[in-house]
Parts: sequence; structure tokens; C-alpha cells
Amino acid sequence: MLNLIGNYSLVFALITSLILAVVSFINFKSNKSLDFNIFGAVVLQFTLICVSFFTLIFAFIYSDFNNAAVYYNSHTSKPLFYKISGTWGNHEGSLLLWVLVLSLFTLIFLFKSKKLFNSFRILTIFFQQIITSGFLFFILLLSNPFQLILPTPNEGLGLNPILQDPALAIHPPILYLGYVGSSIIFSSSLAALTCKYVNKDWAAEIKKWSLISWIFLTIGIMLGSIWAYYELGWGGFWFWDPVENVSLMPWFCLTALLHCSSVLEKRATLQSWTIILALCTFILSMSGTFLVRSGILNSVHTFANDPERGVFVLIFLTFLVLISLFLYFKFNNFESKPKSFFLSRETAIIMNNWFMMYFLAVVLVGTVYPIFLEVFTAAKISVGPPYFNQLIIPFLIPFLVLMALGTKLDWIKTKKFKLNLNRIAILILSILISFFIVRNLNTKVLFLSVLISASLYLLLISIIDLKNQKFKWSQRISHLAFSILVISIILNSIFSEEFSVNMKVGQEKIISNSTINFEKISKQEVDNYTSIKAEIEIKQNENKLIFYPELRLYKTPETITSEADIKTNLFNDNLLVVNYLKGSDYLNIRYQKKPFMFLIWFSAVMLGLGGILGLRDKLK
Amino acid sequence: MYGKKVKLRLLFLSLILVVLILTIYLVLKSLEDNVVYFISPTEIKELGEIEYNKKYRVGGMVKKNSISMSSDQISFTITDFKNEIDVKFSGIMPNLFSEEKGVVAEGMLKDKNFLEASKILAKHDENYMPPEVREALKEK
Repeated sequence: MLNLIGNYSLVFALITSLILAVVSFINFKSNKSLDFNIFGAVVLQFTLICVSFFTLIFAFIYSDFNNAAVYYNSHTSKPLFYKISGTWGNHEGSLLLWVLVLSLFTLIFLFKSKKLFNSFRILTIFFQQIITSGFLFFILLLSNPFQLILPTPNEGLGLNPILQDPALAIHPPILYLGYVGSSIIFSSSLAALTCKYVNKDWAAEIKKWSLISWIFLTIGIMLGSIWAYYELGWGGFWFWDPVENVSLMPWFCLTALLHCSSVLEKRATLQSWTIILALCTFILSMSGTFLVRSGILNSVHTFANDPERGVFVLIFLTFLVLISLFLYFKFNNFESKPKSFFLSRETAIIMNNWFMMYFLAVVLVGTVYPIFLEVFTAAKISVGPPYFNQLIIPFLIPFLVLMALGTKLDWIKTKKFKLNLNRIAILILSILISFFIVRNLNTKVLFLSVLISASLYLLLISIIDLKNQKFKWSQRISHLAFSILVISIILNSIFSEEFSVNMKVGQEKIISNSTINFEKISKQEVDNYTSIKAEIEIKQNENKLIFYPELRLYKTPETITSEADIKTNLFNDNLLVVNYLKGSDYLNIRYQKKPFMFLIWFSAVMLGLGGILGLRDKLK
Repeated sequence: MYGKKVKLRLLFLSLILVVLILTIYLVLKSLEDNVVYFISPTEIKELGEIEYNKKYRVGGMVKKNSISMSSDQISFTITDFKNEIDVKFSGIMPNLFSEEKGVVAEGMLKDKNFLEASKILAKHDENYMPPEVREALKEK
């Protein structure tokens, strides 16, 4: 019964969507105002999708195994929290969530854009409905979350235990809010192009949506990274895994857009470029979903491997790209003011955009190259982290310095760029500190000291700028956050230590300056798994740490997960993770020392906070 | 003669072009250096010459009764049911590494029968496996 309600409200949502698309197009053509019917239909559509989403949540909560999605991804013994998060922990449910967010944003746009140009609003709704109906078709035809199983099974297959984790439970919805937020940017860019509305008002509107998107994307990426750090046991927070890359690409694009839309807002130039960035952001988010959901990418996130689904998303994506290209070339005739090649804030922002595009291109090539190579030559390859590190890290140096100096420039033309004594003093100070930091290293000393100097320079300048009333709080906070993020990542990667060893209970071992004691092991039954806890002591000089890493043996599906024991403080993370192999009395142990992990998470949150402050300014 | 403005613009454009070409070269070079090829034990046997300083990914099944563990390393054999290769690894194994399951080992080839792995990927759960493992198993 519930399944039927869910299914049919989706069908009705699709019908509403198609009608809305037609009505809004007619209204646009005949220059009619945005009438009450459109309002009503958008509200109705949102309600219908909500109903459908909540019936799915109910099916998960009450373990209705009549529903295929529930049967494959849930189990009666699962805690309530994970039953709910299981709703979007699978392919079908996650797409339903995507559409829910899409219609929510359409609704918010409609209510919040009353001051804007009428045809622009109608046309945005029109493009929004094209996207929505595309997704609804996809869900209903190829990945329906309300498919039935007869006869009803008694028990479900369970949710993959590595997905049973608080950070991961909220990771997809947050990331989706970021991805889907960019749909409004996409639709409104196309609308603005068509009605020649690419102006300051539009830039201000688009900036709000870019900020919303960017905040959620930043936090979403961070949550995924936190999860990978302590749950996957890969021993780090970023692996250049294709799926991570796919979420990073729209982030680069959005960051570029955020800066570039300020130029459009203040100086009324760079229209074409802003439009291109706005369109690319959503296209990249969509391709991300396509790559992740189609099973092409080799990653933990790949749920199902259904070629039909991939083909559908690919066709839909091509369709959107073609519309964008067509409209772009048809309506792209902006009055271009002579661009100034002077030292100005605009130039600095354009430089920022170039760097963002470069980083984006590097990540894009590294992510899709293996796919193309496999399609054309059948050779299977993967691109390792050194590729990304080699191409991104050296370019960080000019990027960081430009970021520190760019904010010092004025709009239009900087009259006098004074060689401020303070700034030189800060530069010397950062070089000295960086020599102090790298003095004990024996590889790449010169390169690392330049890199650290550059990031310290940005950090110190950003700290001093905190008091500078000239800048907005959002900029001060997010630039400081970014500098903390970069420097903690650099120091983290330089000063991480690790070793691994296999030991039996009661053994003691010495590795370089650490003494490892495998004290004992205990077993306990918890909820839906058996927990095996080890007690391992690590002594380094005078420091003694006792770790309690855990192994969880799940029955449905039969899986083992390792829970690392992480001792965190402000400057250092110590983590220990264990694993065992059947038929061996050795325990597989890995110890890692990871400096500044806390600062990495902290600065990511602060980055998000900077975005929130910016949004608050815009909404005032 | 061209005006000063045009000259400046030409200079600027050629600068962009040079930077662009340089970037593309850098990207391609780095790509070439850091690509890891995926091969099966049989393909290793068919390799003409091994590049000793290049990483390979070898995929297949963990052979039954081949896993052994000592205090500092783990060794096992990967088979594609035609040929096999011995692998040594010191580090932490993925949770689902076990015999007669799919596995991918990444590392340097010492000779055609021996791989020193720096990374091991295994099946994540019953439904999911890395596409490379699936391919390797399908070919058997």
C-alpha cells in the first residue's frame, strides 16, 4: 500500500513537472506574469516528492521487505538511525533524495526571487522542470525505489557495514544539497542568457546560490573525507580516489564562480566567463553523479553496475550540454568593456580563476583518462596520487602568494602598490619559520621550504587581515581558513609517520624508537555484530599510549570492519588499526602518527562558516 | 607597423599560448610517469621485458592455502587459474582479504613470479568488487 502511494506520487510529480514546463514556456512566450498556477504547481510537486520520499523512509523504518530497495539494503536488526540513513545509502533512494532537494530548491527560488525580472524567473522554472522531469523519468523507468518483491521475504540483506557510520549517514544528503544547489545556478544562467539578464542583479542572485552550494559541498566533501579517514582504514584523509575527485571538480568550479560573480556584481564585466563557470558547475555535478552511479569508476561508492542507467544519464547529460552550448552561442553577445591589464582586484580574481581551472583540468584529466583509455584501447590503468601531487603542489606556491597579495589590490586600478615594509617583514618571518620547520628534513629541502614559506606568508597576512575593516568577514574568515587548511595539509603530509607489524597476543616488539606491547584481546556481542577488541600499548621515549582498536564481525551481510582507535589532540593524531586473517594467530597492526588532522577538519568547518557569513551578508 | 596596443596584445596571447602548451606537456608527462597498468598473472608471463621501476596492478584470486603471515610481512599467491604469481606485502590488509576471494595487488615486479606489493585492494562486500577484480574473475 505504502509502496503504491510512493510510486504514484512520483508519477504525479512527473506529470506536474511536464505540465509546469509547458505552462512556463507558454507564459514566457506570451510575456505573461508568473501566475498563481505556477506557484501552486511547484508547491504541489514538492509535496508529492516529499510524500514519496517519506513513504520510502517509512518502508525502511518498518522493514517492509516487500520493497526491493529495503530488502537489498536493510535488516531488522539494524539500529533505527541506520535504517533511516539506509534510505539514501543505496542507488534508488539516493536519487529520490536528489530529486527531493531539486524540487525544494525550485520552491525556495520561486519564493525568494520576487524582486527579480519576471521572464527570467519563469524561464528558470522552465529549465528547472526540464532537469526535474529528466530525473523523475530516470527514477521511474530505471531505478524505481518502489519495486516489489513477491513473495515478501522475511529478512533483508542488510546495509553494507562500512556505510553504517554517523558521518556517512549525513554525508550524501549534504553533498547532494551542494550538487543540486548548482542546478539553480545552471537554470538561472540559461534563463538569464535567453532574456539578456546577465547583469549585476543576476550576479547577486547567483552569488547566493553559489554560496549555498559551496557551503554544502565543502562540508559534504569534508564529511566524506572524515569517514574515509577513520572508517575505511586507508590511513589518510585524501586518496585522489576517482569519487573524491568527482566531488572536488565542482568545488573548484564553484570557488572560481564565487570570486568571478563578485567581479560581475561590482564591475559588470566577465559576463561570458561567469556564464561558462555557472554552466560547468552543474554539468560537473551531473557527470559526477553519472560516473559514481554508473559503476564505471573503480571505487567504494559504486553501488550497482547497470549499463542502462549509465546510458540514460549520459544521454540526459549530453542533452543538457547541447542546450547550454546552443543557448550560449545564440545569445552570447555582451557589451564588452575594454579589459584592464592593470594591477587590479579584477586581474587578481581572474588569476585565481585560472589557477582554479588549472587544478580542475588536472583532476579532470587524471579521473577520466583511465576511462577513455579503457574504452579505446582496452588497456586498464589507474592514475596514482603522485600524478596529482606533482601537478598541483608546485603550482600552489604562486597561487598562495597571489592570494595573499591579490586582496591588497583595489578595484579598477591600484594607484600605488606600495612596497609595504610590514609585508616584507612578514615574508622574511615566514621564510625563517619555514627554514626552522624543514631544518631536519633530508629530501627536497629547498622546494619544501619555499612551499611552506608561501603558505605561512598567506597565513600570517590572513591573520593580520582579520583586523582589517576593509574586507568582509566572510572573506577574512574563509581566506584564513583556507590558509590554515593548506598549511596543515602540507605539514601533515611531511611529518606523518607510520609502521605496520604482525603480532601475537602477549608479544612485545621494538621498531626504531617505539616499543609495542600486544597486551590482550577480548570478544563481545553488540547489537548486530560481534566486537573483537585488542589492547595494544605503544611506548615512544617517555610517552605511553594504550590503544583499543576494534574489529566488527557483521552477520548480515557477512563482513568485517576495522574500527581504528584514534587519539586526537590539537596538534597530533595517533591512530592504530588492526585486522586479522583467517587461520593465522597473528594480528595485522598498523600505527600512524598524523600531525594537524584536527586543524584540517577545523579549517574545513571554518571555510564553511566563511561561506555562511557571506550568505548572511547577501540575505540582509 | 602595428600599434603599441596590438603588440602588447600579441605578446600577451603568445604568452598564454606558451603557458598552455607547457601545461599540456607537463600534464601528459606526469600522466605517463604515474600511470599504473592493470594486468593478470598470465599477462605478466607474456610481457617481453619487465620495467623494474614501474608499478603494476596484478589482479586475480587468492590461491587456497597460500596465505602465510610472519611477524613483518604477509605473503600469498594470486592466480588466474592459468598462471600464478607470489606476492609479498607488509602493511595492513583490507578487511575482506581472504583466500579464494578476488584481490588486486599494486607494487613493483621483482621478476615474472614475484611482486613486492605496496597496496592491496580487496572486495568490499558480497555485491561489490573492484571492476578490475571482476574482470580478472570473469576471464577464468
